[in-house]
Parts: sequence; structure tokens; C-alpha cells
Amino acid sequence: MKTCLVVDDSKVIRKVARHILETLEFSVEEAEDGRAALAHCENAMPDVILLDWNMPVMSGMEFLRALRRAESGGEPKVVFCTTENDLAHIRAAIEAGADEYVMKPFDRETLHSKLQIVGVA
Amino acid sequence: MEVSSSSRRILASLLETRTGQQLAVNRNWRIDTALAPIMREHRFENLDHLVTKLVTGSSPALTEQVIEALLNNETFFFRDKLPFDLLMGGPLKRIETARAAEKRIAIWSVGCSTGQEAYSIAMTFAEQEVRWRGWKIEIVGTDISRSAIGRARAGKYSQFEVQRGLPVMQMVRWFGEEGEGGWQISQKLRDMVRFEVRNIVERPPEPKQFDMILCRNVLLYFAPDMRRLAFSRMADALAPHGALMLGAAETVIGQTDRFVSDAENRGLYVPAAAAAAASRRVA
Ligand SMILES: C[S@@+](CC[C@H](N)C(=O)[O-])C[C@H]1O[C@@H](n2cnc3c(N)ncnc32)[C@H](O)[C@@H]1O
Repeated sequence: MKTCLVVDDSKVIRKVARHILETLEFSVEEAEDGRAALAHCENAMPDVILLDWNMPVMSGMEFLRALRRAESGGEPKVVFCTTENDLAHIRAAIEAGADEYVMKPFDRETLHSKLQIVGVA
Repeated sequence: MEVSSSSRRILASLLETRTGQQLAVNRNWRIDTALAPIMREHRFENLDHLVTKLVTGSSPALTEQVIEALLNNETFFFRDKLPFDLLMGGPLKRIETARAAEKRIAIWSVGCSTGQEAYSIAMTFAEQEVRWRGWKIEIVGTDISRSAIGRARAGKYSQFEVQRGLPVMQMVRWFGEEGEGGWQISQKLRDMVRFEVRNIVERPPEPKQFDMILCRNVLLYFAPDMRRLAFSRMADALAPHGALMLGAAETVIGQTDRFVSDAENRGLYVPAAAAAAASRRVA
């Protein structure tokens, strides 16, 4: 079973994402900001990370840069999942090492297709 | 909303005579949800009133609107990625060899809906710039739905449509932002594709002979004889070295004798006549 870490400060979004991911047979972990997510990753690298942009304490971008610098931090696939829906943000995310990008709102089909594209579903 | 059985029968026969599509018995729900916006727009109190208006034949525009609403237009970029990649592998190589002299390839997307399939093909070619330099790649998308073809030509997609199936790298490369939440496909890709309103059982579009035909998720709800007719139209339009691709849940087996499975490429089909000629050569 593949593991997915959902990083989002919204409990509702985490719940929705968890539900979809579990139907896609992922084992799901949650973190409410970038720092908590980093702590998770130090413990065990997930196969894929679903990452929000704007979060208190540590934003998605700060988390991603820190992750990609960390030992084996290049391994997880990172899928941004955010309401920042313009090309400038998307380009910046790719440059920082994101593998895919989901613009909110999203549904099961969209998330599934993006997870297939990065090769984890 | 209740759909009376007589209204249902009339709508079903209207749809089938115009498009070949049969309204499945268990799709009652689709009728009222699909027609709700039209009912509101024209202020019909109930479905029977709408159907009565259709039966008098006094409003062809309304009839067309109703038919289009009953069609399922679902599609997305790079649908069924694995067989799609397969098609763009071996079979495309075979076509490339066969067309090496004239350097011209024609591809027909039948029942192309809002164009995602045709543009996925265009992207695939555009991303192999060196290989296809000097070639003329002609991609034609046809669909019976005028509104779908209008949208395909415009090449403008919602946020929901643009991210379904399409890798973000390709989105960034081939789309620009257009207004609030809209995404416009590049002119370069639009120039590679032509769209026409056309019923599949009519004559094929120009250039009449194609190297690849994709007809996916269109014939699913056709009656068997209409399906056979559609297959023979496509067989007439496919070059002997060509390939046919159907939807993931579709097959030619038991539907037509004009196509056979491509022995080397699962899920793809080749003209039966060409396959027979090839096996005679081997024998
Ligand atoms: C479900 S969509 C499939 C779109 C695309 N081929 C795909 O697989 O993603 C089916 C399309 O077939 C079109 N269609 C239905 N009957 C047709 C006919 N008789 N001739 C041409 N197109 C037809 C519908 O308008 C609709 O856009």
C-alpha cells in the first residue's frame, strides 16, 4: 500500500482528500502545516505528498524547498493542491521541485489522474 | 420530475433517428437533469409540454438543443493513456514508414466532443518537433454536436477540464490564461487541428483517407446495425496500413467484419482486408 501525506491547514480539505485517497487505496497521514509535515517526513518519507500553498507556520513552498534539500527528500512525489491557480504560481512550484499541480476545487477524477501521472496510482 | 413513458419514447426515438444513440432504459435520470436547463430557459412547465412542442416540429433550433443536451459529451485530455501511448508507438512508426515519400499523415478523431482528444494528438506530434519537421500532419475532429464543435474550435477550457488527464508541464507549455479560470490552448496546436460538425454515418471528411482513426466512447449506445454502418464508414476511410482505436471498453469483435484486432498491439484494430492480404503474402 502506498502512503500519502496530506498537508493542509483546513481540516475539511484534509478529510475530503483522505476520503478520496483511501478509496484509491492509499494509507493516509495528515499534517496541518509545513513544519509538522517536515517532522513526518523525517520519521518516514511518504510515497507522495499532497501540498497546500498557504499555511501558517511554514508555507507549502518553504516546506517543499526544505524537503528537496533533505536527505532522501527527492524521493516523494509532490503534488501541489491549492487555490493559487495562475501560471506564475504554477511555474514557481515546478521550479521548486513540485511534480504535479492540482488547482482547487478538485474532484476524485482529477486527483486520481494526477496521481497516475506521477506514477503512484 | 416524472418522465412519462410516452415522452420518454418520443425523446428516445428523436435521439436515435438523428444520432444513432439509444437512450438506455436505466437512464431516465439523465433525461430530466439533462433537459432541466432547457425547460427553465424556455419556461416549459413540464417535460410533456416540451415534448409536445418538439413533436409539432415547429422549432428545429429547440429540437437540436434537446438532442445535444441528451448526448454524453464527456471527454478529457490523454484519456486511456496506455493504449494511446501504444498507438503513438509501433502503429505510428508503421504509418511513418508507409508515408515516408509523401510526408503526410491524416488523423481522424470521430465523436471528438469538445476537442481534448484531437488536441492531445496534436500535442504529441508538436512535442516531437525534430521527427516531424517537414511533414504535414492533418488532424480532423468531427462530432454531431454543434455546441461541442464550437467549443473545440475555440480551444478554451475551464480549470476543471484543463487539469483532467493533462500533466502540468504540458498545461504550462500549451495553455495560456484566459479570463477568470479559463485556459486557452495555443495557436500552434489550433493550427494543426480542424473541426467539423458531422454525423459518423455520413461521408468522411477531407482528405477522405486517414492513417489513424480514433472513435472512442461514441458507438457504445448505438444499435447493432448502426454500429455496423459506422464501422464500415471508418473502414472505407482508413488506409491499408492504418490503425483504429476504440474506447477502453469497446471492441470490433462480433460487431463488424471490416476490422480485426491488431495482433501486435492490444486494443487497436486494423482493416480486415489489409490483414488478410498480409497473411496471404506470408503464406
Ligand atoms: C462520450 S463522448 C467521447 C469523446 C471522446 N471521443 C472521448 O473518448 O473522450 C461521445 C461523443 O460522440 C458524439 N456523437 C454521438 N453520436 C454521434 C454521431 N452519430 N456522429 C458523430 N458524433 C456522435 C457525441 O456528441 C459526443 O460528443
